[in-house]
Amino acid sequence: MSTANQASAVIQQRWPRIGNRSKRVLPGFGLSLGISLLFISLILMLPLTGLVMEVSAMSFDQFWFVITDPRVVASYKVTALAALSASLFNGVFGLLLAWVLVRYEFPGKRLIDAVVDLPFALPTAVAGIVLATLFAENGWYGQWLSKLGIDVAFTPVGIVVAMAFTSLPFVVRTVQPVLEELAPEDEEAAVSLGASDALVFRRVIFPALWPALLTGVALSFTRSLGEFGAVIFIAGNMPYVSEVTSLMIFVRLQEYDYAAASAIASVVLLVSLVMLFAITLWQARYLKRIEGR
Amino acid sequence: MNASQSSRHRRVGDSPAIKWLLIVTAVAVAIALLIMPLLVIFVEALGAGWGTLADNLTDQYTLHAIGLTLFVAALTVPLNLVFGTALAWLVTRFRFPGRKLLITLIDIPFAVSPVVAGLLYLLLYGRNGWVGSWLADYDMQLMFSWPGIVMVTVFVTCPFVARELIPLMQQQGSEEEEAGVVLGASGWRIFRTITLPNIKWALIYGVVLTNARAVGEFGAVSVVSGNIRGQTNTLPLHVELLYQDYNIVGAFASASLLAGIAVFTLAVKGFVEWRQTRTLNRLQTEETA
Amino acid sequence: MTITVDGINKRFGQFQALNNVSLNIPEGKLTALLGPSGSGKTTLLRIIAGLESADSGQVAFSGKDVTKLHVRDRNIGFVFQHYALFRHMTVAQNIAFGLESLPRKQRPPKAEIQKRVSELLDMIQLPHLAQRFPAQLSGGQKQRVALARSIATRPKILLLDEPFGALDAKVRKDLRRWLRNLHDEFHFTSIFVTHDQEEALELSDQVVVMSQGNVEQVNEPTELYARPDSRFVFDFLGQVNVLSGEVKHGSLNQGNARVTLPGIQHQGSAQLYLRPHEVRLATGPAEHANLPLRIEAVSLIGSEVRVELRPEGWASEGSDNIWEVGISHAEFNNQRPTRGDLRYAVPEVGHLFTGKDTQPVTVSWAESESLPRVRLIN
Repeated sequence: MSTANQASAVIQQRWPRIGNRSKRVLPGFGLSLGISLLFISLILMLPLTGLVMEVSAMSFDQFWFVITDPRVVASYKVTALAALSASLFNGVFGLLLAWVLVRYEFPGKRLIDAVVDLPFALPTAVAGIVLATLFAENGWYGQWLSKLGIDVAFTPVGIVVAMAFTSLPFVVRTVQPVLEELAPEDEEAAVSLGASDALVFRRVIFPALWPALLTGVALSFTRSLGEFGAVIFIAGNMPYVSEVTSLMIFVRLQEYDYAAASAIASVVLLVSLVMLFAITLWQARYLKRIEGR
Repeated sequence: MNASQSSRHRRVGDSPAIKWLLIVTAVAVAIALLIMPLLVIFVEALGAGWGTLADNLTDQYTLHAIGLTLFVAALTVPLNLVFGTALAWLVTRFRFPGRKLLITLIDIPFAVSPVVAGLLYLLLYGRNGWVGSWLADYDMQLMFSWPGIVMVTVFVTCPFVARELIPLMQQQGSEEEEAGVVLGASGWRIFRTITLPNIKWALIYGVVLTNARAVGEFGAVSVVSGNIRGQTNTLPLHVELLYQDYNIVGAFASASLLAGIAVFTLAVKGFVEWRQTRTLNRLQTEETA
Repeated sequence: MTITVDGINKRFGQFQALNNVSLNIPEGKLTALLGPSGSGKTTLLRIIAGLESADSGQVAFSGKDVTKLHVRDRNIGFVFQHYALFRHMTVAQNIAFGLESLPRKQRPPKAEIQKRVSELLDMIQLPHLAQRFPAQLSGGQKQRVALARSIATRPKILLLDEPFGALDAKVRKDLRRWLRNLHDEFHFTSIFVTHDQEEALELSDQVVVMSQGNVEQVNEPTELYARPDSRFVFDFLGQVNVLSGEVKHGSLNQGNARVTLPGIQHQGSAQLYLRPHEVRLATGPAEHANLPLRIEAVSLIGSEVRVELRPEGWASEGSDNIWEVGISHAEFNNQRPTRGDLRYAVPEVGHLFTGKDTQPVTVSWAESESLPRVRLIN
């Protein structure tokens, strides 16, 4: 890969301390740096330029007009609210699942543990159609729920269900390792001092858990904001009511209104990136506090 | 190691009442939300009998969709395997400014909506994009045909191998590789004989997961594919098409294939974790005279 | 192969790990780099190996400058503290690795490699473990395999980074003995890093004491123990009894403690350092010293009896206000000292630090010409 070697040669020339300092012991710095940078620039960074160019071709007024269009704003609200509800639901049930998987033994535990990752491995379109089928009025769940007066399919509730499904693993898999690492001695000490279960949970266990829980919920939220395939089959996609922002982008694209699509997409992208960096910084800080790294 | 079984080491939440309440609730939610949907896919696919299932799967458009999907995966997976491994090696074996930034950058496809991802590529490589228009001069069209699908799939699945390898390689540390260098081994020899055996299972799972996600990508591919039946439809798009056409059984037939791949992925993960716990147990019982 | 280190500086961020360090390591000798954590000893070892690079300075093997030479080409043996055995290879494959990594031209044929591996396995007395994996070995066995692996390619230089740090006491003792025998048989130029002064003094031909990136003292073990050159080395090499006070008219005073210092002209503040074996215990004050102490504890450890005492009427801040004196079992049986008894310390040899001086002056009150008993191992 001569380009990769060229890149690393330039780096070693311009910044000799970076290029030479203790990379010399283990081999492959140049090659791996070259491949990584090449890939990241081409695949991740370059496409961003297309969006930047499209958006900067618009005047600010045009831009503002597009992103504050009432239908678009309605989609922000629908998406954000649904994502929030789904994340909170996942926060509770994800924690429950993680707790049960880590602390107890019961028949079928291995199966449940394996199936937690299903939403991660299952294509979103498949998730979409199966959830739509299950929650439709005559679906397996839908029929019972409509007897209780709850409509899920073709309502915002459907969106919440789809988002909860696809991002559940984020909470479970973020909380599980922390639960596993909990030292039994901490709990035993608290109990020996006379604390009730509830108190120990509140003052000893939960404080150790909540950073990971928050991270998982934040990841779940970020993922849900952008969820498309699982949502569009169950949502009904009615403008102003159950239309998510990613669908709005898609709709504008189908109308060949690339400018509008880009404008909306830039908002979504900005929010996602901000959330990503916030989560990363938060993780770095909380990890440092607990483990002293 | 199992604290809940010894009454002397009773932990919070071990009282039978609470414990079973929690277990039953959790299992119920898991069944309702996770297992039932999986079952429903297969039940619906077989809704009109095995014969219809077979017909659906061998329908020409379905076959084409399967072929295109496999083709895309066949290109995506090796690319991301090389990239993921290179990045993991770079980031866990060396210290350099910008290292932490790289680790964060790799998470971008995770945070970005697939539709936005598709749009990014469309804007760049579509007829009006700055690269796309240049390519159009040479009569090359990447969007609305398979190259666009491959590129967008590579984007969406690029974190997976790296994310599997990085924590593992960080935890393993670079001492073995250092020892190899001191003993005079070349770079490739070190990677081949020392690193690779140590990361084998994580790598395998990374590949399997990348494959599952590549095969199943929907949102991004919807944007760039053009949705032309028989030409640019991947299997997930094909599922959507059938569903919109009210061919529920047909849609679920194709969906069941995809679900099968998902189940296989979970099985591999379970196996990999079993292997890793087995090695861990062996290491823990090793201290003999 | 001698090793010369000249003017080595190394800094990690704000932390100066090595400060203009220069050393000579003689050929065929076993040298210990001894010091507390943070002293820079491991960093120095790794720079000699080529696993780290110095900010400035030179490393030479037998006069040849190897500073810029990659570790792979230095032909050294390196033993890591946590063994770094290749976990997915058998013991035999681990040992053979160096030989199999030689470039084709220099690589011996398979049969010869096998033969060498067998020899080494016999030497470390583990031929029956050839097909085992590292996870199945005990700590001591792993370290022996790591050693065998590092010498398979017949290096002239052997570097060991706290090789016995992760092992328990008994295994450590056995391996120490074993390393010394190995060294005597093959005459490597060996350097090993340790924070255990007992290990350093017992094993090595030369000890380099380091502190905070500087070399404090370089000596043979017996010299080092008998004549520590600075306060740091004193403190580091084990318990020391300190009397600090004012010197007036040839006698050091503090509170009701008094020691006459024959031949000392200095006036002003000073500290007298006394090793446990340089002091006797008596029931009354001596002519040259009045050092009353009350017994705090008596422990019968190993080959002698250790008596801990607290100064009475004066204080010893240099040693946490505790003095330690060793007496023989015979003496113990005779006198039966118990907690609360009053005794007087009678120094036979001492080391005086005056003012800010870093080098002590040896003061001797020995009635006979015999030198103080020097114990290196307990």
